[in-house]
Amino acid sequence: MSEPLLSEVSRPGRPGHQLPACDVPDAPLPEAVLRDELRLPELGELEVIRHFTHLSQCNVSIDTTFYPLGSCTMKYNPRINEDVARLPGFALLHPYQPEETVQGALRLMYELQRALAEITGFSATCLQPAAGAHGELAGMLMIRAYHQRRGQGHRTKVLIPSSAHGTNPATAAMCGYYTVAVPTDARGNVDPERLRAELDEHTAALMITNPSTLGLFEEHIQEIVQAVHEAGALVYGDGANLNAILGMVKPGALGFDALHINVHKTFSTPHGAGGPGAGPVVVGPTLEPFLPRPIVARDAQGHYTLDGGGPDSIGRLRAFYGHFGIFVRAYTYLRMHGADGLRRISEAAVLNANYLRSLLQGVYELPYPRTCMHEFVLSGRRQKVLGVKTLDIAKRLIDYGFHPPTIYFPLIVEEAIMAEPTETESKDTLDAFAQALLAIAREAEANPDLARSAPHTAPVRRLDEVTAARKPILRWDSGRK
Amino acid sequence: MVFIPLTEQERAEMLARVGVASTDELFEAIPAEHRFPRLDLPPALAELEVARHLAELAASNRHLEQMACFVGAGAYYHSIPSAVAHITGRSEFYTAYTPYQAEASQGTLQFMFEFQSLACELLGLDVANASVYDGSTALAEAVLMAQRVTRRDRVLVADSVHPEYRAVLRTYLGGRGLDLVAVPTRLVGEALAGVELPDQLDQRTACVVVQQPDFFGHVKDFRAERLAERVHAQGALLVAVVAEPVSLGLLAPPGAWGADIAVAEGQALGVPLQFGGPWAGLMACRQEHVRQLPGRIVGQTVDMEGRRGFVLTLQAREQHIRREKATSNICTSQTLLTLAITAYLSLMGPAGLREVARQSHAKAAYAASRIGRLPGYRVLTAEPFFNEFAVACPTEARQLRRDLLERGAIGGLELGRFYPRLSNALLFCCTEMNTRQQIDRLVEALAELGGAA
Repeated sequence: MSEPLLSEVSRPGRPGHQLPACDVPDAPLPEAVLRDELRLPELGELEVIRHFTHLSQCNVSIDTTFYPLGSCTMKYNPRINEDVARLPGFALLHPYQPEETVQGALRLMYELQRALAEITGFSATCLQPAAGAHGELAGMLMIRAYHQRRGQGHRTKVLIPSSAHGTNPATAAMCGYYTVAVPTDARGNVDPERLRAELDEHTAALMITNPSTLGLFEEHIQEIVQAVHEAGALVYGDGANLNAILGMVKPGALGFDALHINVHKTFSTPHGAGGPGAGPVVVGPTLEPFLPRPIVARDAQGHYTLDGGGPDSIGRLRAFYGHFGIFVRAYTYLRMHGADGLRRISEAAVLNANYLRSLLQGVYELPYPRTCMHEFVLSGRRQKVLGVKTLDIAKRLIDYGFHPPTIYFPLIVEEAIMAEPTETESKDTLDAFAQALLAIAREAEANPDLARSAPHTAPVRRLDEVTAARKPILRWDSGRK
Repeated sequence: MVFIPLTEQERAEMLARVGVASTDELFEAIPAEHRFPRLDLPPALAELEVARHLAELAASNRHLEQMACFVGAGAYYHSIPSAVAHITGRSEFYTAYTPYQAEASQGTLQFMFEFQSLACELLGLDVANASVYDGSTALAEAVLMAQRVTRRDRVLVADSVHPEYRAVLRTYLGGRGLDLVAVPTRLVGEALAGVELPDQLDQRTACVVVQQPDFFGHVKDFRAERLAERVHAQGALLVAVVAEPVSLGLLAPPGAWGADIAVAEGQALGVPLQFGGPWAGLMACRQEHVRQLPGRIVGQTVDMEGRRGFVLTLQAREQHIRREKATSNICTSQTLLTLAITAYLSLMGPAGLREVARQSHAKAAYAASRIGRLPGYRVLTAEPFFNEFAVACPTEARQLRRDLLERGAIGGLELGRFYPRLSNALLFCCTEMNTRQQIDRLVEALAELGGAA
């Protein structure tokens, strides 16, 4: 049973939301600038509520289901965050209100800036970026500005591990760079020899994720950072995997020059079915002059203000100041944890991942058999031989009541399955998930068709993605000729 | 502790299974001298304490239920039906993520498809994506898209496009060898009367960017001006920006006056102001450009039993497939806000949206006509304007704004902040939220304060 579209429930003349009567005279606009028609669906409030309630029941979410998407950090989203963000004193602020009327908001942003810099070992923060990829853009634009400032505009090459998230090379390309992939060695580390072979006077930066997308801590990270700096280039850190290292190591201390933080991953703000997130960027003294502006500053009198910065700032990354509604949630979460609390998050996240790994690694191939951090990558190669691909395993997991892990990423692992349990899941849940995956492995031997035709119990059976791309239908039928 | 369910017993069992004596061993790959650093953070608060602390912080702000708001400039205080928050507050939506596993995410995918359909209808174009971050970055993405489509380097941008949007464009385009040319606003007498096509429009132009209503609130009859024909005659694209999308309840949409790509800030359509975000950027274009459109796009399909369903599609445009050749690096976007916008439009319907637009304009027209008759004040935005208008003031604009604040009103934006030659002008905005009484009080205050000159 599928839910009708809004356009299908609509009936002409169905009364919608009413406004109070207008208390000023009507003021017509010239005919010439008006639209001829406005074809929006017409529904009553009950129909709208039913429609979206039904849709919500077709979703799997953290609140209902274990959701171990690797590198997404699907941890519990605390309810207190939601209550606080809705306070009118936060939700009903216009960005152009006079600063003296929003000192509480500016103070929250200032404290968040400081906390994020402290946690990661950097000296300054810009909260503007709307998501991790936007933070990456900020970082790479700053690096480009840095090199140009020093007459090093010929540095047009960026090195990126072959295991990297697709946003990394896409970001580099948006900044006008070309990218060279650096391979991973047999232990799952970026290969320092191969890195050195690519480092030259044309290199602007290395973009690196640590722990990597394999869930492994880079064992040569200090050597790598040193080599990059010696070549006159900078190190940009993708902070997507920060949940593994809170209170365990500071990327700034390892020599990173900039890092973005995925607040919707590490700091519990909700994923929102695909956003909004936020991707604040933190930098050390080298890149501080280039930081996007405005950021929040505090003067000697303790007054908070929006600081437009100096002449080397790369400028604005977006209108206004960033996802303030998300900052409120992240700040609330941070205030509930403190230093000790953050460290326990990483400790539990890494323990959970290693435990889950240990339950599965006998049956599923583990390409890099060493201690993992907050996530690990398996290969579905053994099952593929039996005719059951990782895609099928994922779809079958839905029948077992789980959201699948990330699949086919990172690209360097064949039939990759990347699982990140997070610290908010119980051992019971991990045991049940492992049982399901082990059962599916047994099914692959005995009855491969079960996985190949999965899911069986979801609101829809397996969907035809090929036809969707070949013959795109990207909007409802408006009924127009 | 806090949200970690781990018991001591479980920890022991798990450590044994993993084969380590303590969790410290799991972090041995970290260089010893950097391991377990001190974090200088305030001590943890219990939920009750944190609730009190945040309530105090919130209370130290003055919010829009406590003051009369007469500022817009890209952020609009409109009424939001209470049902919207109940819909976006369903945790089956907000605790889900990007619908990579379509069969487990039909709720999300369907409302994204509905959002795309609504965006097409509002903007008058063929295809829309499922959102980008906001209006300003949507403009940057649209310009990059126009560059890809035309393979040209010059971009003409009206200076009546939101100044912060133009600043973002400069950041995104900086150093890419793109020529960003500002097109000044035409003054008819003293009135700000919108953009006039410059001589620089030629075969090197990738696109011309205009905002409607413009930053000063002015509405242009682009059809009468044949703007699109003249842009297309040079092989360039017309990019339209809509910062106040409530206007689309009444005004001819960008598609109707020839825009090839249209972007909008969705905030005014059911998203609370939240001091600037999170909001959502809408992007729509003509069918022929769909493969260059960035961002997530949802398509309709069928499952293996013929049931209708929805999936992310045309993913070859995106970073997870094309990497450095992707149309954009965007991954996470603004999905929960697109749910808010879809819910808002469903609840309002065409009649409701038209009424919000009608009242917003009527209130602004009433305010402008009363202010314009005050000695020393002059409305600068040429008619027609939608719900914003610039006013030249007889006294220092900054002081005027301070005085209005003391009387419980947020006055119009100081235009001098962005336009030096408009240093004594304020940009006022009205919406259906402004009562006649608030407007009359504003006029009285301005009369009194202007009389002091």
